[in-house]
Formats: sequence, C-alpha cells, structure tokens
Amino acid sequence: MSDLTRLTASALAEKLASGEVSSVQATQAHLDRIAAVDGDVHAFLHVASEDALTTATVVDGRRAAGEKLGPLAGVPIAIKDVLCTYDMPSTAGSKILEGWVPPYDATVVRKLREADLVPLGKTNMDEFAMGSSTEHSAYGPTHNPWDLDRIPGGSGGGSAAAVAAFEAPLALGSDTGGSIRQPAAVTGSVGVKPTYGGVSRYGAIALASSLDQVGPVTRSVLDAALLHDVIVGHDRFDSTSLTQQWPSMADAARAGLKDDALKGVRVGVVKEISGSGEGFQAGVKQRFDETVQLLTAAGAEVIEVSAPSFEYAVSAYYLILPAEASSNLARFDSVRFGLRVSPESGPVTSERVMSATRDAGFGAEVKRRIILGTYALSAGYYDAYYGSAQKVRTLIQRDFSAAFEKADVLISPAAPTTAFRLGEKIDDPLAMYLNDITTIPANLAGVPGLALPVGLAPEDGLPVGLQIMAPARQDARLYTIGAALERLLEAGWGHPLSSLAPVLAEATFASEEGAA
Amino acid sequence: MSDISADQVRHLADLARIDLSDAELTSLTAELAQIVESVAKVSEVATPDVPATSHPIPMTNVFREDVEVPGLTVEQALSGAPDREGDFFRVPPILGEEA
Repeated sequence: MSDLTRLTASALAEKLASGEVSSVQATQAHLDRIAAVDGDVHAFLHVASEDALTTATVVDGRRAAGEKLGPLAGVPIAIKDVLCTYDMPSTAGSKILEGWVPPYDATVVRKLREADLVPLGKTNMDEFAMGSSTEHSAYGPTHNPWDLDRIPGGSGGGSAAAVAAFEAPLALGSDTGGSIRQPAAVTGSVGVKPTYGGVSRYGAIALASSLDQVGPVTRSVLDAALLHDVIVGHDRFDSTSLTQQWPSMADAARAGLKDDALKGVRVGVVKEISGSGEGFQAGVKQRFDETVQLLTAAGAEVIEVSAPSFEYAVSAYYLILPAEASSNLARFDSVRFGLRVSPESGPVTSERVMSATRDAGFGAEVKRRIILGTYALSAGYYDAYYGSAQKVRTLIQRDFSAAFEKADVLISPAAPTTAFRLGEKIDDPLAMYLNDITTIPANLAGVPGLALPVGLAPEDGLPVGLQIMAPARQDARLYTIGAALERLLEAGWGHPLSSLAPVLAEATFASEEGAA
Repeated sequence: MSDISADQVRHLADLARIDLSDAELTSLTAELAQIVESVAKVSEVATPDVPATSHPIPMTNVFREDVEVPGLTVEQALSGAPDREGDFFRVPPILGEEA
C-alpha cells in the first residue's frame, strides 16, 4: 500500500469512498507518522490514538452497511488547541488551562464529528493565539518541518506543521491577525481565514472577538474548500454569525481547475504590502513577482491598487487586539476552570488568589498584551489609543472598498519573510508583531484571505506564500482563483510544493498515547 | 504621550489582576513604552471626521426565539472548577482583613 499520509484529503476521501482504503488504515497511518516524527516536530499537544481508531472503526462499519456518508467521512484531522473538545484537553497553549477538558464541543468540532471526520488530537499554538512563531506556547515550540531549527509560524504553528509534516491531511486553525495564513506561508501549506462571521466561534477560546475567525489548514486548495464546506454556516450560539446561505466552496475550487478560469479576472496588487517595502525578503518578492507574471500569462488583468491606510494597520491591531484580549482573558479568574494558585504570603483572599494565579498561569507575551490592553482602555487614554485605532479600522475598510471596485481579488505575499530561526525574534516584541503586516488588514476589515505556496525562496530554499483576498462574503472567489493558480504552479513544477519538503528522521519506537 | 513609569505599570497590573515580579515590572515598563510609542502613530490619521468601526460586519439586535433550551448541567459546569462545595463553586474569602 502506498503511503496514505502523502495523499491530499480529497484523494484519500476518494479511496475511502471506493473501499480501496479503510478509515482505520488511514487513521493508523497518520498515528504512526505522528509517533515517528512528532518527537522532533512537536505539532501536537495531545494525540487521541484510541478514540481516533474507535471513530474510524465506526465510520468504516457505517460505510460497509451502505450508509451514505459525507465527502470527508473517515478522513483524519488535527484540531488547534484553541477549540473546545469535550473528549480532549483544551489548553490554548496556556499553563492556566493545563489539563482542562471542556464540558462541550466548539461548534466547528461538533460539525467535524457530524461529518464523520476523525479527530487525531490537538495542535500546539502560541499561548491564547498571541504570537507569530508558536514559541509562546507554554508547552514548548513547534518546529518547522522544512527546517527543524526554524519557526512554523504562529499562532497556529502546530496545525500548519502537522499538515506540512504529513501527520494529518487536514487541520483546523484560528486567525485573528494571520494565525492561519502566516503559518501556511512559512510551512508551504494552504490556509484560509473565512469572512468574519462565516464560521462559528462558539467554543473557540476567545482572543479578540471582533477579529477572530476559525478556518481550514491543508495541503491543497480543494482540501481547504472541502473542509470550509463542513464548518461554514450560521450558528445561533455565536451572535456574530452570518445568516446567509453559502455556496459550495468545493464547487468553487473545482471551477478553478477548468481552462481559462483566470481569463479576465481582475487581480489587484496591493502596492503597500506587495513586497517592496522594508522588512520584505528578496526571495519572497521574487516569487511574488513571478506569480504576478504567471497570472498575467493566464489571462488575468493585473493592476496595481493603493491602500494607503494599511501602513497604520499593525499599529491599530496592536491596540484593538490587546484591548479586547484584556477583557476576554478576565474570565481566567481561578474560580470556574483552570489553575488556582495561592499567594506565597499574606492574606488569602479571592482577589489575591486571582492575581497569583494569573501571574503563575500566564506567559510573558500574554501578560504584556493584557497590560497593554488595560492601558489602551484606561480613562484618559481611551480616545487617543483605542478610539483612534477604531478610526483606522474605518479607513482600512474604505481602502478595501475602493480597491475592490477596481479588482475582483487582491494579492500580496502572505508573509514578509520565510521561516526565521527559533529564538531570533522572541526577545523583540515589535519585530515579532511585524510578521503579520500582510495579514492583519483582512482581519481589521473582516474580509476573507487565502494563503497558498508559490515556490521556495532562492536564498534559503524555504516556502513562500501568496495571499489572495476577496470582498466580505465572497470566499468562493478565493477558492476558484486559488485552485486555478495552484494548478498552474504545480503544472510548472511537475508536483505539489509539499513533496519537496525534506525527509524527516523517523523514530523507531511508538510513543504512548497523549505523550507524542 | 508614551512616557510610562514603573508605578503606572504596577497599577495596570493591579487592575488586570496579575502579580508581577520586580524583574517583570522592569522589563514590561521598557517594552510597553516602546510598543506604545510605535502604535501611537494611529493618531496621525484618526481625525475627528472619521467614524470609529468596532465591528467588521455591523449587526444589530441579534435575538433568538424566547424558548427554553437546555444549558450545561451542574456537574458539567463544575467539572473544571478548582474547588467546589456541593453544587457551588468554592472560593477563598471575598473580603480582606480590612473589610
């Protein structure tokens, strides 16, 4: 049997549907892969081997009994640890939630189970999704499968690395300022931040509620579309959830595989984040420019658009996000769930226990952002900081509106650089924040964005990602154009980019459940 | 406007209910000053004529039908509590000695 872990989810799903492969075989293959490589990659915080095989057995039985199952039934999936799962710990990468098993599933997780996907486990992340490198996880960093000395991006480095290391064909992530798209860019995978409100956040441990979105992480555009179709839709438990009907994203992706899918498509290159500015790596700019040429050759009308307010996006984001996070994280009060630590000396009151607990349970970046947010919301500073940041948000939305009058989609590099070395930026918060310069505008405006690999940077041989953005509610457009571009790129390369990832050393011993 | 003192950071940490060590206080004070100075550039373009946006896709009055739906059971709600007594969350004294 060929290696089932190398297949895309859609190819694996076909083999499952035809009976050529069972879900138990597919699940076991991925669990074996996790046991073999995750000691080095550390994409997973928890592996649910036994439950995954039980789920796979049930799915196989139902398929054998002739039941009609969904398109991804029996396909294994990894779940970012920010999402609540009633049968697995959900820590959001924080010590304050170590070992916490929620009493309910996030809506997206419930939908996965109802669509008969097979949860493999929970993936590593920057604590409470605060970071761009997964180095802020309380449980140690994840390593980039392309170079184990480098970061896998963040906050969803675990989901991106799991997919890139062939430990799972699919994963779920969450994206507040780029936490799906930037890890996708630096690991050579595909990641999508849906339109704000398109996918339920119920049961996603909240970071910044006006920015957070849950979305797919995969190795192909069609796979992301198939997973998007599973998780999309209105949820009465999330009052920001949009009530509209959504078209099939998988159909949209398949439409992109037709010849001439790019003909006449108006593609806007966003001047301010197109790779010429400070902080953009030469190889990223080179691959981006080549992609523009490829789109032009395929009949797209590429134009330059300007979004002057994007220059202020990172600053606005680092006021809005900390402000909202400082409020959301107030729920970690040592009373209802998670850690409780008593002060070392003095009276033991609820207030002092709460302060001692939050000191012991939160890492440096979380403390930094909570205090920054508390400052931004303080009387006397509110208008100058938080109020101004909200105005910048309006300006950025206007820039998007103007750009989308001229273009059907906008493009930029998905990240300014390739994967940097572990430890390189950990002591410089401002440098770390600039990793999301290309992805933050979409979160501030609520528009959807897709990252896909467009090659390797010549100077370091590491993956470069392209970001495609569409108007709010036009997620389907991302999939059509993303799939069309992916097809062109792979035709040129002769293979998917992920097949170039270096071979990882495989451990010869099987790891214990949950200890991977 | 980005002068931030250690006393101010300690006050913010008290408001946010986070004990900080002296070393954390020192490093945070320097980092916050640097970050605030950088993000303060939002005020360059935030002129009075620009309305604020709090939410990317505005919505108002999201209601549901006024019917009973089951919530968590008491056992589920208490399942993650650090301490409990019967059907209640158990907490240390709310009031300090001075009360």
